[in-house]
Amino acid sequence: MNIDFVRTLGRYGSGQPVRMRFQVLPDPVLVFLLILLMGCGLAILYSALHSSLDRLEGQAIKLAGGFAVMLVLANIHPREYLRFTPFVYVGGVFLLVLVEVFGDVAKGGQRWLQLGSSIRFQPSEILKLAVPLTVAWYLHDRTLPPRWRDVLIALGIIALPAGLIIIQPDLGTGLLVLAAGGGVVFLAGLPWRWLITAGTLVAAAAPILWTSLRGYQQQRILTLFDPESDPLGAGWNIIQSTTAIGSGGLRGKGLFEGTQSRLDFLPEAQTDFILAVIGEELGFVGIATFLVIYLLIVARCLHIAVQTKRTFDRLVAGSAGITLSVYVFVNVGMVCGLLPVVGVPLPLVSYGGTSALTLLATFGIVLSIYKHRNY
Amino acid sequence: MSETSLNDKSEEQALFSRRVLLLAILVLLLFGVLVGRIVQLQIVDHDKYRTRSEQNRIQVQPLVPRRGLIYDRNGVLLADNRPIHNLAVVRELAGDLELTLAELGQKIELSEDDLESFAKRLDRRRRPYEAVMLKSHLTEEERAILAVHRHHFAGVEIISESVRHYPFAEMFAHSVGSVRRVNEDDIKSLDPVQYSGTEFIGKLGVEKFYERSLHGQVGYQQVEVDAYGRIRNELDVDHPMAGVGLRLQIDSDLQIAADAALGDRRGAIVAIEPRTGGILAMVSKPAYDPNGFVTGISTADYQALLGGRTRPMFNRAINGQYAPGSTFKMAVGLTALSSGVVTWPETIYDRGFFRLPGQRRMYRDWSWKQGNSGGQGVVNLNRAIYRSSNVFFYTMASRLKIDQLTDFGAQLGFGARTALDVADASAGLLPGPEWKRRVKKEIWYPGDTINLGIGQGDLLSTPLQLATYVSIIANRGRFVPPRMFLDSEAELAEDLAIPEPVTVSGPTPEDWEKMVDAMEDVVHRGNLGYGQAGTAWPYIGQDIAYRMAGKSGTAQVVGIKQGQEYKEAELDEYNRKHAWFVAFAPADDPMIAIAVIVENGGGGSGVASPVAREVADAWVLPRLTVANAGRVE
Repeated sequence: MNIDFVRTLGRYGSGQPVRMRFQVLPDPVLVFLLILLMGCGLAILYSALHSSLDRLEGQAIKLAGGFAVMLVLANIHPREYLRFTPFVYVGGVFLLVLVEVFGDVAKGGQRWLQLGSSIRFQPSEILKLAVPLTVAWYLHDRTLPPRWRDVLIALGIIALPAGLIIIQPDLGTGLLVLAAGGGVVFLAGLPWRWLITAGTLVAAAAPILWTSLRGYQQQRILTLFDPESDPLGAGWNIIQSTTAIGSGGLRGKGLFEGTQSRLDFLPEAQTDFILAVIGEELGFVGIATFLVIYLLIVARCLHIAVQTKRTFDRLVAGSAGITLSVYVFVNVGMVCGLLPVVGVPLPLVSYGGTSALTLLATFGIVLSIYKHRNY
Repeated sequence: MSETSLNDKSEEQALFSRRVLLLAILVLLLFGVLVGRIVQLQIVDHDKYRTRSEQNRIQVQPLVPRRGLIYDRNGVLLADNRPIHNLAVVRELAGDLELTLAELGQKIELSEDDLESFAKRLDRRRRPYEAVMLKSHLTEEERAILAVHRHHFAGVEIISESVRHYPFAEMFAHSVGSVRRVNEDDIKSLDPVQYSGTEFIGKLGVEKFYERSLHGQVGYQQVEVDAYGRIRNELDVDHPMAGVGLRLQIDSDLQIAADAALGDRRGAIVAIEPRTGGILAMVSKPAYDPNGFVTGISTADYQALLGGRTRPMFNRAINGQYAPGSTFKMAVGLTALSSGVVTWPETIYDRGFFRLPGQRRMYRDWSWKQGNSGGQGVVNLNRAIYRSSNVFFYTMASRLKIDQLTDFGAQLGFGARTALDVADASAGLLPGPEWKRRVKKEIWYPGDTINLGIGQGDLLSTPLQLATYVSIIANRGRFVPPRMFLDSEAELAEDLAIPEPVTVSGPTPEDWEKMVDAMEDVVHRGNLGYGQAGTAWPYIGQDIAYRMAGKSGTAQVVGIKQGQEYKEAELDEYNRKHAWFVAFAPADDPMIAIAVIVENGGGGSGVASPVAREVADAWVLPRLTVANAGRVE
């Protein structure tokens, strides 16, 4: 096996299987960028939480936990991920089915699974991580660019959990899973004509898709085009978030000075709409700073993907970059009124532990890929 | 994988790198779109959104001024303000409204009416997070219950407001009047700034006339509110100016006495201080409790007040327009005197009826009997007043031109609103040829003048007008317009010009004096045998401790045909005549002038004069000095 060959060769040429030491900073650049992002995020979250230190502490602890998980995952060899990916995938899909049957209803969707008395969690989060890994697992030993049969199977791997998530209904997460998995297929070298055909098909299927959306999902899309039509209902979020961002101007009203968020005009200010708090309090400068950090992280992931040699590793690292970009694009687009409100948090900044944990786990794997790029 | 060639490997890597590059470009493009949008929001349209965010957070809220209090002449409170507690719901916070209402209904009583008007109010335009009233006037107990279950009901609030309260309830409903909740129609005509936070406006009586003074000046506070409309910060305040407190001429003791004198009968009493024109009492019965309009009244109860034969909402004192009947005879006599068609000594012979020359129509005296056997015999003006001879005044009317009668009647306030500050008073009707041509499209017949001679025909007058008229006689021709207002604690917003008293032209001072004497005879002339006593003497004149001048009158409700006798007992109660009595006392130094009407009380002095006597007693007796009391026989 190639891997064994590379491993026995080793950097030190010892002929012995390389046992790598635990590294806290496998890639100082990526780790630094993530810490920077989370630090800035916590600062703005402190303001969005109305200076509640208790809740900020809770979030900081969750992030720290996620960071620890990331570091642990960074020190596990990618081949282990390759090995376990199918099981995680199957387990995740199984849990999704469980959610369909037993899930707790929260905010109109059956997204949560109750474990014991206090722990609830969303199996769909596992799939955000597992789907790109599984597609990469499936494609890593096929000829690339993939043949049509492989593409179909890969799409099947994506569609099954994505479908289950969308019918929960959680359109946001479903789309993220689709984008992450689709990104892997694209990176694997999906032929252009396939892309064009698929695009045409989606366009043709749009009306059917529209009718299959739930009432509130349709409403969100309609409201996007005319938020004033329902200013107290579905349009409220968009009006208030664009007002918050727009009123921030170039430099913002100052940290803790945002009236839109402080006076509760901005809904979900700590979670999905936290970008509006950034825009209001820190202005264009603040938003641009966050966007630059995100871009740097994406760039770093892509850079790692290009640097590494194993197909699986490349696809996984590349898909991490895609996932993060889609996350940011969907969230920012939604908060500034370009996209429908689909319930996607701003990665690593919005309040909440689950999505941060999934993301940090993804970056853990990316770090692992970087650390083991030569072995 | 192990079999893949190196060439394939590098080709695959090249493909991958191209894809990554494409992807990077795509990501940059997408982020470029986001940046473009954010530049649009934060740089291009910044001003628009900054304004929007200010409008969101800064609210200018009106501060409702405290309504001015109303006192009687002795400082007794007739209208004050009281806090009440209303149950209100903030729709945006209430969640499942049906469920909330159902659960609230289990804790406290919510009537169908409450729920219905709540649904109506909910449909109206309102600010987001504005509380909508569900039930007014929570009791202590209900408030306690709600306080206990407060956490269970999201969006349910108790809101306190200061509202009008009338401590005497029905007693002053028709004089002080009342406020009502501002309705959609009011909003159109009210000053939107002054009334921006006002819930109640004066709709009747003094409350209406002095609305501007009583209301006060609205204040404002600029506040920072959160999304739920809760005030977080006060930015600027412009304090409201409380309404002006008013003292009325009304004497609450006299009002209570007058109310008691009328008892349960339908009718009205107006009492005026002749010297000042001050309205001392104004009673109209049945009345209603004005507090009901403040706290809310059910539709059924409101219909009951409006409808029915008793019409409690109808202010008989100022809007009840009745024929003055014989009370008008002083006016006719004074017209005849000043026109020179009669002198005090001149007599005529009263056979019980009067005919115009060449006409068959018979104008009857009240003493007329079948077979023309009635009549008052030899009558001069003095006797014509105390015996209330119709025939004498038919004769006077026949000697007068109609214009002479109407001109003099107009000087006495007939057919006009003369009260300075009584809102919505009716003008009555002083008919004449011009009026008849315009309204009835008929010419004025001599018979119309004859009818006018005894205060019948189309002549109409309100109790307030008759009280004004009799107070002019009490003043011996000096006309002081009646008014409610005594004084106020600050300058009034209304333009209340109190005019100089006018002297009615025509009669000589001697004529006035003799007319007063004749009216005294109505009350005091007695113990002289059949057909000699004043018409009111048997009822009120025998034990009176001061000199009172009075005159009775009868207003017909249904027409009595020629040659038919009026049989009271056969008539339905509501078709019986109305009984009038006008009076003032003491005759030589009048302290009070009174007009009383008892609806369907029947004819003559029997019903109304004792009421007037009771009112006069209540006012005059305590004011007579011991020395004066000794002088009266």
